Amino acid sequence: MGGNCPPKVQEMTPLLEVTNLHVSYSARTAEVCHALAGVNFDLAPGEILGVLGESGSGKSTLAAALLRLLPSNGKFQKGSVFFEGENLLEASAHDLRKIRGGRIGLISQEPSSSLHPTLQVGQQVSDVLAAHETLDRRALCEKTSQILASVFPADAERISRSYPHELSGGQRQRVLIAQAIACSPPLVVADEPTASLDPTTQQEILQLFRTLQQKLGLAMILITHNPALLAGLADRILVLYAGRIAEIGPAAQVLYSPQHPYTAALLRCLPSHFAEAQSARKAKLHVIQGEPPDLSSRENGCQFEPRCTERMEVCKSVEPSAAAVNALHEVSCFKFAADSCPGTMER
Amino acid sequence: MQPLLKVENLLKHYAAGRSARSKDKLAALDGVSLSIPLGETLALVGESGSGKSTLALCIACLETPTSGSISFEGIDVATLDENQLRLIRPQIQLVFQDPVSSLNPRWTALEIVSEPFFVQRRFTNPDRAVKALQLLDRVAIPRKMAGRRPDEFSGGQKQRLAIARALALEPKLIILDEALSALDCSVQAQISNLLLELQSSFGLTYLFITHDFAMAAHLADRIAVMDRGRIVESCPTENILRSPNHEATRALLAAAPRFIESTGELVHA
Repeated sequence: MGGNCPPKVQEMTPLLEVTNLHVSYSARTAEVCHALAGVNFDLAPGEILGVLGESGSGKSTLAAALLRLLPSNGKFQKGSVFFEGENLLEASAHDLRKIRGGRIGLISQEPSSSLHPTLQVGQQVSDVLAAHETLDRRALCEKTSQILASVFPADAERISRSYPHELSGGQRQRVLIAQAIACSPPLVVADEPTASLDPTTQQEILQLFRTLQQKLGLAMILITHNPALLAGLADRILVLYAGRIAEIGPAAQVLYSPQHPYTAALLRCLPSHFAEAQSARKAKLHVIQGEPPDLSSRENGCQFEPRCTERMEVCKSVEPSAAAVNALHEVSCFKFAADSCPGTMER
Repeated sequence: MQPLLKVENLLKHYAAGRSARSKDKLAALDGVSLSIPLGETLALVGESGSGKSTLALCIACLETPTSGSISFEGIDVATLDENQLRLIRPQIQLVFQDPVSSLNPRWTALEIVSEPFFVQRRFTNPDRAVKALQLLDRVAIPRKMAGRRPDEFSGGQKQRLAIARALALEPKLIILDEALSALDCSVQAQISNLLLELQSSFGLTYLFITHDFAMAAHLADRIAVMDRGRIVESCPTENILRSPNHEATRALLAAAPRFIESTGELVHA
């Protein structure tokens, strides 16, 4: 189980290494919901990994798990999360306080509910710094304005004295980004950072991510349900389905030649009609038949099998493990285990 | 032919500034004119704050415009009193962005979908239930789920319930205010297929408000682009894609990353 990832050509030690991660939530009804079931991936320093998944696929659980911020009914069943050589699942509360915000920044989905409504945003950014670094007041002020200037090139001064309600959604999101990068952490986890923004602002925020990544050399995990956001930004893309990795590989390969039937079906759902042909308009879009599986009753076999158009007999009973399409691209589907990649199945 | 909806030179000002007595005015709508022929779809595209939702509320007779006229089937709704509006409102229905906050969490699906009949005092009680079940069929919600409450439905199913409720009074115009924005892309595809199917079987007219240019281009016959309370460009879908004239349109098109199917290539403008 688990350990049959192909050897990777990689000189650098990974910044983050997640191995066989299982997370479950208990509910009042004694049912257990398996939100993540055997997630394996690693992240190199400075790399941007896009995590693509629909609601209920476990993508927000993954973000919370990386920072040990699961709600009280969430439980780590198995696995490990090594960050800079330390297993976060065994870290003490004291260490975790240093890591959260200090070594791993988090940008959450809701810019309006993540900021304190009655504190000026400059104060809220400097609070992050004060929690992690020992700086005197002047140095703190200076560093805060530097950080704000890197996300608001034009009017950092004014923004710094504003309250969250005086800012637009895009500006509040920039404040959250400032908080996340305040202590120049090597890793930033962004959970749906642009979901509540309109497309023009979305593009501005993505552009800011690109700039920051180049300037500070941050590694990022960018979690989203929108494949189009990842194009041109992510180095690699991880596709989650029902708490399992369906496919992981270089962004261009996953988006332009998806190998897993789920990824392919998901990308076909997008309206594609800047093709100006009138015939394409008002035509039915492709849909994925059926509903995502109920994660509390764990079925044998491939989780996507009931909705898959390319299912085989074996998919019903056996869960596919990750098979390599090429050195960097892995797919959890028997289509590949069988033909294109015999090497990965041998023991 | 007379359009179903005709809006002329609509103005809506809100009081701005720190106090309610302040003389500052915010022009949410600054002279908007548009018309939609029966059975067509008009997509209204624009950034947040451009006045799209204010326009929707004015058309649905939920906000009173400062000046200008809205005529629905040739009747100027501004001149109507509350009793007469009661006859117009059922013909214009709304579907909102967030299905969680637009459905009462304590009501069952059946109660939600049959509420319009109670409000408008239509049918007898047994008939209301029958009609409501037929509506659930229309939007592909299994009848056995009729007794469940909104939190037991998925996001897409909740939006189907909102659509079923909007259909209850057999409206002519449905305003879809960001109705697809909160959904996953595979669910967006399902709901947009449902909307197209309902449009062709009931001859519905849609006002589709969105900031997703790709979906607007897919569903709409015409696209109108709003910027700061004005409609800056309005023409058939093909034209607007081929030769966008206004700065705001080009900015919106550029911000929409998209797949070009023929080459399988994702293009950033």
